[in-house]
Amino acid sequence: MTAWSGYLDLILQGALVTIKLTLMGSVLALIMAFLAGLGRLSRFFAVRALATVYIEFFRGTSIFVQLFWAYFVLPILGFELTPLQAGVLALGLNVGAYAAEVVRGAVQSIGKEQYEACTALNLGRWQGMRHVILPQAFLVMLPTFCNNAIELLKATSVVSLISLADLTFQAQVVRAQTGNTLVPFATILIIYFVLALLISWGTRRLERRLSRGLDGVRV
Amino acid sequence: MEWDWAFVREIMPTLLEGVKITILATILGSALAAALGLAIALLRRSENRIVSRTVGFLAEFIRGTPLLVQLYFIFYVLPDFGLLLPPLTAGVIGLGLHYGTYAAEVYRAGIDNVPRGQWEAAKACNLNGRQTWTHIILPQAIPPMIPALANYFIAMFKETPLLSAITVLELMNQAKSVANTYYRYVEPMTLVGAFFLVISLFSVVLLRWLERRYGKVER
Repeated sequence: MTAWSGYLDLILQGALVTIKLTLMGSVLALIMAFLAGLGRLSRFFAVRALATVYIEFFRGTSIFVQLFWAYFVLPILGFELTPLQAGVLALGLNVGAYAAEVVRGAVQSIGKEQYEACTALNLGRWQGMRHVILPQAFLVMLPTFCNNAIELLKATSVVSLISLADLTFQAQVVRAQTGNTLVPFATILIIYFVLALLISWGTRRLERRLSRGLDGVRV
Repeated sequence: MEWDWAFVREIMPTLLEGVKITILATILGSALAAALGLAIALLRRSENRIVSRTVGFLAEFIRGTPLLVQLYFIFYVLPDFGLLLPPLTAGVIGLGLHYGTYAAEVYRAGIDNVPRGQWEAAKACNLNGRQTWTHIILPQAIPPMIPALANYFIAMFKETPLLSAITVLELMNQAKSVANTYYRYVEPMTLVGAFFLVISLFSVVLLRWLERRYGKVER
């Protein structure tokens, strides 16, 4: 037993980086999801086309390639990014593209009568969206957003390959220093799993909270 | 930095070598995932609570942890237990195992969608368990889930660049090695992205066709 506490410290530092990446990536993904998801439903062709290109591009190429592109190619084109910035950018844009389809689907799943009621109440397009459609659609999105967030958490392991010291990276460091493979990798597998459980527990709580008072409204 | 077409022509054969390995890994991984998924789905329905619970938990665990870490686990930890795998084999097992747990959910939904009457009719015809599965349930359950399965196999294709982390010489790894040799990142990385985008767009077309062909459930 060689000073496991020191190595555990290293892994916990990695866990912190992973959590930070997941949170920042999720925020960016959420913003992109609403921008692109609602953009696809826009009245204007240009906005629709832009949103579709964004979604298809980021869903069509692999997260790994996007990350390498952000880290290695953007600097050559004149945008210098730190590994953390590149990681958040790639993760947020990639998962945002998947989540945008969720936003679109959820908004479209809201019944026609709700839109008609908005018109009847003389609400503008934006008002209707903001006060009537989105509060209902958001509940439909939540379970899938939970899956997207877990996908994002799992994708953060890829940033270890652009030398960002996350969980996976630290596990490799511990492996290199101790020569022990089972302990570091088993530890981080459990940490990832616990983090994923936390995310699904959190979204379930949020879902219960938001659906309060809606019993019988949604079929 | 200028885009250099001569350089593109020079590195193209190397990248195509990588594409071959990428596609090979995807096909083998898909076959393994399809078989493992069915096994997991059937074991989860086992009468024996210990078997169904254990398999269920393992599948949840594999789905909640990153593929990259699982690949490291297979490639670096298993040799300690005397199981030394070549990189491509380790990669295919990793992909198959990870996506097998996703495929299991698809199978589960497909099997649950077979009407109860079919089970009862099988019993009435005095078919035993094995015959019921092979002649009645699976032939009805599998065609409607082909599009969903194909969707996951496309997702798997986009995850294959991770195999470069365990030294498989697939597309991403070839691109990285030519980039490091010539110290030019723009062309190789962009080409990798382009390859993925083109193959993904084609597979979306294929997916639409599969949906039209198999997606409809005839009752």
